[in-house]
Amino acid sequence: MQWVKAKEIISQSKERRESLIEVLQDIQAEYNYLPKEVLNQISQELQIPLSQVLRVATFYAAFSLKPRGLHLINVCLGTACHVRGGGRILEKLERDLKIKSGETSSDLKFSLETVRCIGCCSLAPVIRIDEDTHGRLKQDKIPRILKKYT
Amino acid sequence: MGMKIKTKDDLKKIREKGLLSIYPDKIKITVGMATCGLATGAGEAFEVLSQEVEKQKLDFLVAQTGCLGFCQREPLVEVQVPGRPAIIYQEMTSKKSKDLLTAITKKEIKKEWALALLGNGAKYLKDSSSEGLEGIPLYEQIPFFKKQQKIALRNCGFIDPDDIEEYIARGGYFSLDKALKNLTPEEIIEEIKKSGLRGRGGAGFPTGLKWSYCRKAPGEIKYVICNGDEGDPGAYMDRSVLEGDPHSVLEGMLIGGYAIGAKEGYIYVRAEYPLAIKKLKKAIQQAEEYGLLGENILGTDFSFQIKLNRGGGAFVCGEETALMASIEGRVGEPRLRPPYPAERGLWDQPTNINNVETWANVPVIIDRGSDWFSRIGTEKSKGTKVFSLVGKVKNTGLLEVPMGISLKEIIFDIGEGILNDKKFKAVQTGGPSGGCIPAELIDLPVDYEALTQAGSMMGSGGMIVMDENTCMVDVARYFLSFLKDESCGKCTSCREGIIRLYQILTDICEGRGKEGDIELLEDLSSVVQSASLCGLGGTAPNPVVSTIRYFRDEYQAHIKDKKCPAGVCRELIQYFILADKCTGCLLCARECPEKAISGERKKPHLIDQAKCIKCGVCFEVCNFDAVVIK
Repeated sequence: MQWVKAKEIISQSKERRESLIEVLQDIQAEYNYLPKEVLNQISQELQIPLSQVLRVATFYAAFSLKPRGLHLINVCLGTACHVRGGGRILEKLERDLKIKSGETSSDLKFSLETVRCIGCCSLAPVIRIDEDTHGRLKQDKIPRILKKYT
Repeated sequence: MGMKIKTKDDLKKIREKGLLSIYPDKIKITVGMATCGLATGAGEAFEVLSQEVEKQKLDFLVAQTGCLGFCQREPLVEVQVPGRPAIIYQEMTSKKSKDLLTAITKKEIKKEWALALLGNGAKYLKDSSSEGLEGIPLYEQIPFFKKQQKIALRNCGFIDPDDIEEYIARGGYFSLDKALKNLTPEEIIEEIKKSGLRGRGGAGFPTGLKWSYCRKAPGEIKYVICNGDEGDPGAYMDRSVLEGDPHSVLEGMLIGGYAIGAKEGYIYVRAEYPLAIKKLKKAIQQAEEYGLLGENILGTDFSFQIKLNRGGGAFVCGEETALMASIEGRVGEPRLRPPYPAERGLWDQPTNINNVETWANVPVIIDRGSDWFSRIGTEKSKGTKVFSLVGKVKNTGLLEVPMGISLKEIIFDIGEGILNDKKFKAVQTGGPSGGCIPAELIDLPVDYEALTQAGSMMGSGGMIVMDENTCMVDVARYFLSFLKDESCGKCTSCREGIIRLYQILTDICEGRGKEGDIELLEDLSSVVQSASLCGLGGTAPNPVVSTIRYFRDEYQAHIKDKKCPAGVCRELIQYFILADKCTGCLLCARECPEKAISGERKKPHLIDQAKCIKCGVCFEVCNFDAVVIK
């Protein structure tokens, strides 16, 4: 892979003097994760030591250094979700997808992650799949929701 | 493409246009499309309504708005017929929306789905045009809205956030015009000081005073920042303001920028809020088009730009020095204060940071005056505060109330009590830095001082209601688990101390608690509190300290009796099926992932405790309350 799009993002950001975090965000939006080769390129092009690039890339929870699946499932574990059973929703997803939180299913369809709070507390427990937020969940609603994405 | 606004008359002209857009001379159907609405199907409802209107060639407008606050009843759809009070319909799925449209075309009203009437209050009751609306309560009469007073949320759910003209129609940017043309920067700061406005993000520092420090600080270049890194789990008022009324924040920042002497502003929004980012982008672009951002704003020599930054998913970035480090592109590690941001902030220049809700209050104070504002609230806590009422309460949602209202009024009047009429146990406020306030303190007034005295804090306004089935040890462990991951790692006391606290709490929750653990938690908490640099570590033990303070018995039950009285801690509970209540419907047996439930149709089922993993699915699906936790 040539990472053509990455080159474009990096050179554009040089002109706009954007911060490293914004460049990484744009790269991740494009590829769903931060490819190692691209991180090397960023380091060279923006003249930031690779150690510093990696430090930023690993500090922030939104970045992933591993490829992610076609659909990203974020299980909200905010306080309201916690007291209304968000943890059990996560376990149900782990059982159904046969992966643990932080992993990607072997068919590369789903990645399962947790998130601190997506601010939809009134409808707890909540999950977000890609751009869609699903609220008022119970374990037995999960299979039907997953079906929409397969 | 809008024109560049220069004078107050220009603003007035646009206000007229905006009013026509809010109150058109034809039937208008508005769908609440903030994140909470979308999560319950508002997107589908909007689509169905738009498609049907087009298909049937109806001369109706289908529009969008932000969150009205009553998230529990989403999706909310408002129907406005010219000359009549608008009707807000609740829980409008796409199917119901389609039926509603049919009803509208037949000039019928779906009373059974109506939540409230929205209009100029009681005047409609006398007005002949309210015919046929009998029995639908007024918006300001229903319990959820009755005690509210909206300042920061003034436009949320009432305007299209993508339309700057609707914001102007409701008085928007008139305060900016007043500030730039009739007031000096010093007068503005004085006005904010006199209003008594305090930071709505947590600590409650007086806003006017903060501004004056930054204005006085030597330096050519100054910055203002809007902290939209709303990280406290359970609080989402900033998201709602950004999604539903982004211009109120821009206008607040413009006024603040002028008062402080800044030409540039940054808005830092957490990555978990994609819709807020989208709405803000659009708002900034529109404000630029209308000459309200950029060079020579409103025809004056004041110039101001706003840049949008997305966060990276780090809770600590809500701390101001960490947030600035993050805007500069570095890892979000807090640094020692002083120097405070007012002296050395972003790029080492004097900087003023306020959170979203604080900024949204500013235009109203400039418009209505500090006297008006300071009459609302208590002696030391002025104005209103937005709270997110969530957890085990009947009415969940966002509400804005005068400071000083009691917890009881919020939970039992506005919230209408505890879900399933269970027993109220505690309310958690202040996010991970806050604490749990027990039922016996229900009459506590909400203001900065009272909440701190009770061992919690105002924080950003999350109120998570807990009932008899919420385990307080588990809640403390939950927050520590959160904080152990979010500690940036700079201070040993925070990095290592939180992990130790978490481990001890985990032991207690899993039945390995021992005599002396409570005292150890208390000791360790005081070390973490006193030896950590920033607010994260300094307040991290609060959830532990406050739950021990009020719920020591519950800790002891876990440690001594190895029991979880609330029935939450997995290692200490078992699920059973009550033979006299079980109808033998097989539902739980079908859902059980371990096939641990046996029994035949129409005969009581049985759980094999050796196989049970305590996932709780049987408890959740049972329609007859036959599954119990012991």
